[in-house]
Amino acid sequence: MTAVLETTGLGKRYRRTWALSDCTLEIPAGRVVGLVGPNGAGKSTLLNLAVGLLAPTAGTIEVLGDVPARGPEQLGRIGFVAQDTPTYGSLSVADHLRLGARLNPGWDAALADRRIDELGLERSRRAGKLSGGQRAQLALTLAVAKRPELLVLDEPVASLDPLARREFLQSLMEVVVDQGVSVVLSSHLVADLERVCDYLVLLVASRVRLAGAVDDLLADHVLMTGPRRDITSLPADQEVITESHTDRQSTLLVRSEAPVLDPAWTVEPVGLEDLVLGYMRQGGAGTRPFRDAGLRVQS
Amino acid sequence: MIWLSWRQLRASAAVTYGALAVVAVVVAITGLQLHRAYAASGIAGCTGDACESIINAFLARDPFLQTLLSNVLLLLLPALTGIFWAAPLVARELESGTFRLAWTQSVPRSRWLTAKLAVVGLASLLATGVLAVLVTWWYAPIDRVNGNGFSPAVFGARDLAPVGYAAFAFGLGVVAGVVTRRTLTAMAVTLVGYVAVRLSFAFWIRPRLLAPLTSVASLDDLGEPKLLGGGPRVAAGRWVISETLTDPSGAVTDTIRVAQGDPCMATRSCLSGYHVTTVYQPADRYWLFQWLETGIFVGLALALIGIAYWWLRRLVS
Repeated sequence: MTAVLETTGLGKRYRRTWALSDCTLEIPAGRVVGLVGPNGAGKSTLLNLAVGLLAPTAGTIEVLGDVPARGPEQLGRIGFVAQDTPTYGSLSVADHLRLGARLNPGWDAALADRRIDELGLERSRRAGKLSGGQRAQLALTLAVAKRPELLVLDEPVASLDPLARREFLQSLMEVVVDQGVSVVLSSHLVADLERVCDYLVLLVASRVRLAGAVDDLLADHVLMTGPRRDITSLPADQEVITESHTDRQSTLLVRSEAPVLDPAWTVEPVGLEDLVLGYMRQGGAGTRPFRDAGLRVQS
Repeated sequence: MIWLSWRQLRASAAVTYGALAVVAVVVAITGLQLHRAYAASGIAGCTGDACESIINAFLARDPFLQTLLSNVLLLLLPALTGIFWAAPLVARELESGTFRLAWTQSVPRSRWLTAKLAVVGLASLLATGVLAVLVTWWYAPIDRVNGNGFSPAVFGARDLAPVGYAAFAFGLGVVAGVVTRRTLTAMAVTLVGYVAVRLSFAFWIRPRLLAPLTSVASLDDLGEPKLLGGGPRVAAGRWVISETLTDPSGAVTDTIRVAQGDPCMATRSCLSGYHVTTVYQPADRYWLFQWLETGIFVGLALALIGIAYWWLRRLVS
């Protein structure tokens, strides 16, 4: 399968700060990709690079096999919902649909109308008067109705209340099922992504820490609990991501493709949230460098 | 794309052009009266002292409208469209984040900017252009009497020049918006920049645009003694930049020395040898100046808009 997003050594610098550095990724098509990381990790930067709102400082990025925003056709293949779901406050819902129709040759008016009806949005209502959830849904409608091959959503639910959040993600999943579109969405909350994503990219401090299919990631990591011991005694194929110790026992998050055989350990599968938090903690505490070269500057 | 730009401008364009329509009605009614009064007054054919009172009576008409049309409305309109239309044009989109919506539709951002510039630029130029035509027509009889087309307040508020100013204010507003990315800052920059350029152009650059002519006349030839001014002034359509008096030795002076009771006073022979040197722009250069000024301001506007495109292309959000 071809990649929807492929980057090589991608970096973006704002003045003297690297918001994203040495990012090499290959995301296969047909996935719902969750891009997670703490605030300021470079998620927005990566997504803005992917839709061509930003130009890279270093490295290359290709989306759907072409340079982002190269021309009208490439722009039409990607639907984007930007952070805080911007809409024109003084324009009505109907105006936004007209805007979408006029600016996108592939506009699917029937789809847009159906979505607006389902959402119960009043067409004459100004976008500035919509609730956060409604505005996000309007922005998603605009992005979806241009019939893109890839949907990119930058923290679409960050400012929504829990109910609107659930509704938004639900309608996103409906779109994925109906149209078979690939999705990349970012969030700083793993819980938002757990329900919808089958692929995960973790960005910490402007670098990619982890990338892979969710199932593979969960299969490759285990939580081991056992009597306190020195972790250097572990087999070589078990990479310790995080460790925590009490007086009597140690708890380790371990990356291991082979099953853990030592009977001294109680081995449990790890949840996605614990896995992500484990990698984030590793990045923050700097106990073991994941990658060593280059600058490491937090944006 | 043009639709979106128009949709965003629609409300304020309606207000502006509505107000302009009201002004047009007032100008049409009062202007016809003014033109009729000019024809009836007989100023065109009058001579001598009688003329002065007729002229003064005529010039005293509609003092309020005279100030309002030329010194308020036409002075402000180009600046206002620059501040309220051009400055927020891009700045508001950058500030509110809607550029992320606009630039990710299937339209490249250069075309997005072109559509915005075309719609709002045209609306700005047209508004000032229409007002300039109205004011020029309304003022025609008064200007004919005054012959002061070169005076700064008149020159910039007639014929072509206002359109050049509107273009410049527009370009300045757009660039200020693209560069500062803040609506209010861009508006302030536009106001300050526009006023600074207009003032420095009127008082510093325009007098140096073309080498002035010089004429030397002996004081005898000037006929009736009159007041000689040192500074620039405008009379009979000419733009007098300086007038200097030289005595028979050729030295610049400001007094003519005549002994009390000298009989030469009667024959004016004591004036012989004195000369007046006038440095001036002739009246027939008026249109040359108008085209030059308009062309320079339009050129500035185009350069600024070029900068806006370039800046937008390399803009990081």
